[in-house]
Amino acid sequence: MHKEAAIREPLILGHKTYHDVTEDVCRPIEDKAPKMWYILFGIALIIGLYGVGCIFYLLGTGIGVWGLNKTIGWAWDITNFVWWVGIGHAGTLISAVLLLFRQKWRMAINRSAEAMTIFAVFMAGLFPLIHMGRLWVGYWTLPLPNQFGSLWVNFNSPLLWDVFAISTYLSVSLVFWYIGLIPDFATIRDRAKKPVSKKMYSILAFGWSGRAKHWNRFELVSLVLAGLATPLVFSVHSIVSFDFATSIVPGWHTTIFPPYFVAGAVFSGFAMVQTLMLVMRKAMGLEAYIHTKHVEYMNIVIMVTGSIVGTAYITELFISWYSGVEYEAYAFINRATGPYWWAYFAMMTCNVVSPQLMWFRPLRRSLIFTFIISIVVNIGMWFERYVIIVTSLHRDYLPSAWSMHYPSHIDIGVYVGTIGLFFVFFLLFARYFPVLALNEVKTILKSSGESYKNAPDTHSHNEDNHSNH
Amino acid sequence: MAERVIYAMYDDDDVLKDGAKMLVAKGVKISEVFSPFPIHGIDPIIGIKNTRLGIVAFLFGITGLMLATVGMRYFMVTDWPMNIGGKPNFTYLDNLLAFVPITFEFTVLCAAHGMAITYMLRNKTLPGIPAQNPDPRTTDDKFVMEIRLSENTKYNSEELEKLLRETGLIELDQKEIK
Repeated sequence: MHKEAAIREPLILGHKTYHDVTEDVCRPIEDKAPKMWYILFGIALIIGLYGVGCIFYLLGTGIGVWGLNKTIGWAWDITNFVWWVGIGHAGTLISAVLLLFRQKWRMAINRSAEAMTIFAVFMAGLFPLIHMGRLWVGYWTLPLPNQFGSLWVNFNSPLLWDVFAISTYLSVSLVFWYIGLIPDFATIRDRAKKPVSKKMYSILAFGWSGRAKHWNRFELVSLVLAGLATPLVFSVHSIVSFDFATSIVPGWHTTIFPPYFVAGAVFSGFAMVQTLMLVMRKAMGLEAYIHTKHVEYMNIVIMVTGSIVGTAYITELFISWYSGVEYEAYAFINRATGPYWWAYFAMMTCNVVSPQLMWFRPLRRSLIFTFIISIVVNIGMWFERYVIIVTSLHRDYLPSAWSMHYPSHIDIGVYVGTIGLFFVFFLLFARYFPVLALNEVKTILKSSGESYKNAPDTHSHNEDNHSNH
Repeated sequence: MAERVIYAMYDDDDVLKDGAKMLVAKGVKISEVFSPFPIHGIDPIIGIKNTRLGIVAFLFGITGLMLATVGMRYFMVTDWPMNIGGKPNFTYLDNLLAFVPITFEFTVLCAAHGMAITYMLRNKTLPGIPAQNPDPRTTDDKFVMEIRLSENTKYNSEELEKLLRETGLIELDQKEIK
């Protein structure tokens, strides 16, 4: 067994046994939902349905109902797309990258972070689809044999790379998440009393029995999927950034985009994880598993990625001047001092200044402060995409074509609607799925649980086990 | 053919592991261990070989890589070469860099899904399959060792039970299984 230094803070507080872990995670699923859940679910559902209504109106009428014009052909739709994909990145980072680095604190949060990823990528995928206007021809993005002459999709286009990247990312994340869920569903199945829930969880658990050979395969499959998902998560946002970086629009045509977008994605994703996790741990009584130390670790990630993003902003600004290309320089001067200065200012404050506050230990260990900053960061990251997209487009080479972007109520409705839908999915997940990887948490109970790790060493026989490894 | 099976239940993974080591040293064959989470180090003790699913993933990945290359060469070079800004596209190599992202994505897609499907099939875990753990508590906090009498002709059931009782188990059960 792995031994940990006593000075390291325990990851599981209190005197938990294996059975307590099962109880703590399964009880909220088995008990009746609290009234608050119904209220939140109702609100999210109404907002989500409003968004669906807006989407139907859009599909029936055409994308002219958005506030786009001939100068600004891309605005809120692609902003929201990039924002949601970015949020999605934290889940895979936590479950895959931190698995490869053997970070045990990931186990308390990986399940819900990955659920968040999947729902966020659902929301992201919606935007390119509805931007087609004719949703029903969405399959044209696939390289299918067709009768339009032998016309294929353009494999040299970053927009097509995006189709492949997003769909691979979504489906691989889903599989990774579900393979981890199977043993936990089996736990709920074996505890279920009511026939309907017993039946449902039996189907979801795929007949998992916990045989030694199956666990052996489980561990290898998790490791290999993590190894595959790690480059995948970096490739996805790099490819999203290629949508802009391979164009010749001043302000977009920048080689710094891929690393800068990936850092930004992790930054906003962790902020979203914080927002959700701080509420969830309280509402579901999981304070012993997700506590200040976990929040602190995540805040450190936010601080580091926030600093990378800040450096990228300033580098971009410097290079636009240093390049000597006046169009490039103007794009950036216009961002900071033009009519959209307030968006640029919001982006700079939220993304560059706010994460630096995490250098102070009392602040990064304060739950209320973290909650506020996590929301500020996500507002900032939305503005980042808005600034990149709209301010680069709204003043092009021809001053007579200069324009401003004003979102229509459909723009707003679709965006707010996706937030509603996201919470509908997340609340359903929190109600019916094990929100903590409970069987994985049991594996670290002895090495990182408070009651075990600093207890006098009663398992002296553990020492001989090392020789077997 | 009906077979007699002994199930020994433990409430700690380390106790089970030590017990298994002791039993195996005495020549007892342990046919299965059911546990709520992976017990690290149990596989070599009860004679379980490491899985080869990693190789499967590699093979599926190579398949994906080849399919993507062959497909894109056909679409973009053989069947319908596109003139994009007059850039040369007479051979696959001319445009290779543009094909890297999709080749990578498709490789990952095939490797991940191919491995996941193989994993499900090999485990025989699919929707609708009934659970086979001998006791519902083995997915909570109990660990069960399964010993088949037919695989341990050296001992009779009383002797086996006596050996098992020395390993710190909490429950012992004998069952007829098909």
